[in-house]
Amino acid sequence: MTDVALSNRRRVRAAWTMLGTIHPRYLIVFLITLILVVGEWRYAILGGYERLAAALGACVATEAVCSRLVRGRFANLASAYVSGISLSLLLKPQAGLLWPFALGGILAIGSKYVLVYRDRHLFNPSNFAISVLLLLAPGTVAILSHQWGNDLATNAIIWAVGLLVVSRARMLHVTLTYVVSFLLLAAVRAALVGGPLLAEIAPVTGPMYQLFIFFMVTDPRTTVRTRRGRILVACLVAVVEAVIRLAGDHNVGLLRPLYPAPPILALFLVGPVAMWVDLWREGRGHPGEPAGR
Amino acid sequence: MHYWSGRRLVVAVVFVGTLAAVPLLGRRADSSMRAGPEVTGFRLESVASELGIAFTHRAPSLDPRLDNVAPHVTALGASVSVTDVNDDGWSDLYFTSSRFGHDNALYVNRGDGTFDDVALAAGVADLNREGEGVSMGAVWGDYDNDGLEDLLVYKYGYLQLLRNTGELSFDDVTEAAGLRRWMNANGAVWLDYDRDGLLDLYVAGYFRAEIDLWHLRTTRIMQNSFEFASNGGANVLFRNLGDGSFADVTDSLGVGSTRWTMAVAAADFNDDGWPDLYLANDYGPEELYENQEGRRFTLSFAGVDTDSKSGMSVSLGDVLNRGRHDVFVTNISERGYLFQGNNLRLNYLEETRRFREVARGVVADAGWAWGAQFGDLNNDGWMDLFVANGFISADPDRDYWYGMSKVAGATGAVFEDAASWPPIGTASLSGYERSRVLLNREGRLTDVAEAVGVTDHYDGRAVAVVDLFNRGVLDVVVANQGAPVLVYRNTVAPGNHWIAFELVGTRSNRSAIGAEVVVAFGGRRQRRVVAGGMGFASQNDRRLHFGLGGETQVEDVEIRWPSGEVQRLEAPAMDRLHVVTEPERPSP
Repeated sequence: MTDVALSNRRRVRAAWTMLGTIHPRYLIVFLITLILVVGEWRYAILGGYERLAAALGACVATEAVCSRLVRGRFANLASAYVSGISLSLLLKPQAGLLWPFALGGILAIGSKYVLVYRDRHLFNPSNFAISVLLLLAPGTVAILSHQWGNDLATNAIIWAVGLLVVSRARMLHVTLTYVVSFLLLAAVRAALVGGPLLAEIAPVTGPMYQLFIFFMVTDPRTTVRTRRGRILVACLVAVVEAVIRLAGDHNVGLLRPLYPAPPILALFLVGPVAMWVDLWREGRGHPGEPAGR
Repeated sequence: MHYWSGRRLVVAVVFVGTLAAVPLLGRRADSSMRAGPEVTGFRLESVASELGIAFTHRAPSLDPRLDNVAPHVTALGASVSVTDVNDDGWSDLYFTSSRFGHDNALYVNRGDGTFDDVALAAGVADLNREGEGVSMGAVWGDYDNDGLEDLLVYKYGYLQLLRNTGELSFDDVTEAAGLRRWMNANGAVWLDYDRDGLLDLYVAGYFRAEIDLWHLRTTRIMQNSFEFASNGGANVLFRNLGDGSFADVTDSLGVGSTRWTMAVAAADFNDDGWPDLYLANDYGPEELYENQEGRRFTLSFAGVDTDSKSGMSVSLGDVLNRGRHDVFVTNISERGYLFQGNNLRLNYLEETRRFREVARGVVADAGWAWGAQFGDLNNDGWMDLFVANGFISADPDRDYWYGMSKVAGATGAVFEDAASWPPIGTASLSGYERSRVLLNREGRLTDVAEAVGVTDHYDGRAVAVVDLFNRGVLDVVVANQGAPVLVYRNTVAPGNHWIAFELVGTRSNRSAIGAEVVVAFGGRRQRRVVAGGMGFASQNDRRLHFGLGGETQVEDVEIRWPSGEVQRLEAPAMDRLHVVTEPERPSP
């Protein structure tokens, strides 16, 4: 190996080590900001800066007020920032409506202080707010399901940076477990439904999934304590999503509200139950391991 | 300390209150106002069969390789265009069908409340033939200035120009006109872009021109993006050379958009005297091409390109009576899945060089909206809006929205391959949606469809407004996909006045397409343009109709002819149609 190659390897290793010293929360902040900037620059993804202001403002204000009221101190606002950006990117309501962003922000952050068990919140904040809005206001609120230009290059950038970030946050196993499970179950669904395999795989290349895979299912605050447990939960989310999708293919009317956002709503159903069980087990003395950060 | 004590309880109460507010705020404003004619001022009655109009559109059958998406790909082609084909002062109707062997229809208005289909004898019926393609729509215009309205039929297939030779007879002059070109088109307009007194033609490509939908070489024919697609058929501008032929000037004029254009409207949006082109693009942003004095068009950044949607139709109206061309573009809204929303863009080009999007509530969300037209349906002096809705009405218990959502977010490489799409089978896709009638009450639009008698649930496509019975009221004609046409006869409550103009060009093209009329009344100014096609796959009555409300006189009428001539009418009589011929010589 030449000196230049060796030097380059050392630089990469040094950069990787330095990346490891940054708190994962700020890596997530960087990634979501990158997605926001790229999405807005290339595709005007926000649909108006007032949406960003409403979501971000509501999240940050709610976090500040709630943390002061409940815990007696102001919380770090990075999490509220991530939730605010996520909501502004993912919510696509009727024209001119700002209340879904404002109320979504209050619900997302409020859930961290209200829907708690053993002093831990059960829902991923953005996932909770989006799910509630989709289920309770489907007549006016939809989710980002297409507006990303359907462009492979943009997706590739997000995936590259996203994988880097989740690996430094020690959540790569969750992302990979979910993606592998999704792909395997997509093959099963294609066989059962009889349609093209690509149609079943296609959703994972969309923007909703990128936000889901890198920000929701991997959220260390709402994942269980053990690595094995996290892998199991990621699998379960994929399985529940597959059930929703199969029901969609067979037009099961009862589950229709779940069809616009299967992964989001699968996590909404599985995530808090898993957290509750994990915390309950913790209370009974079952050992765990740090969630990675 | 108890867990739920004190401040935490306050947080919980606010949280629950917020949760409870969501369903209350989230109710969809999709109901039609219940009110009687005393409030709406008009009533629409479906009378097609009474009039002898019994036309049913038939969708095409395409290459079997598209079977999995056939209902989607074949869901267009029902069109209506209005003209006075025999120059007898009564408006006639032309409808297209889209299946091989099924005829188009030309219903001639006998003036006694009945219509006769004369298409076969006139030679404008049998246009849907294997190897030639199927009709997607038609526009009328007197391209040779002989006083007879000619017919351009655009297709998934070869364009067809049919010259009106009088006595309800047409010659196919496509070849001689240099227009025999295979285009998979969904829209076209006549306009005189260079103001030379000859009608030019702009045709909007949808699928790429090299695609023969009956003999596919590949299934990679779909859009390469759900909202930013640019791999559609190129639009083409044909310049009328004046000798019966046309030349393709697309490249030199810069208007060859390859977005998936569904509809086009031409008018002078920026008041520079030259007709501009406004495009509603499916799977992409709208485009405004501003005419640089007939030498070139430039793509404008006037705020119409910032939100990418699925434009289906473009209609022009002066919503606030400001003397401007405002724009209404229909789009898709579906509960839970997608709220692209229709656009109502108010024209503020003079002040800010931009349009301002103001559609909200029932204006934005009409369902999967198609053709729309402005028209003062109750003659109160404010332009109302008729919107046709619904995409595929098949099995009501099966829904394709979930199926489509699988590929809608996928990368372009997957999305553009029809073979990757889940089979639609017998499912509906935004089916059984009702039309909307948006009543303009001094600038505020309210849905009164059910109150005025519009309750059909066909898959509406093209809409035209026309005074079918020469009564001084606008009737509405709707062409439905794979279903019978609807003719709504309008009954307007007495008390409101009106005025209408039929323009005849001399130095301008004889059809007066591109001419604009501004009527000043009651301190307001309302503007309309004679259009060579508007809406989706439709063309309105070219006679311009203005409701005047309770005003007892018109203050001023200004006619801006395409030639540049500006003509003023002083105190024209109300409640009548004025036939105005362009002055032969320029005004001093």
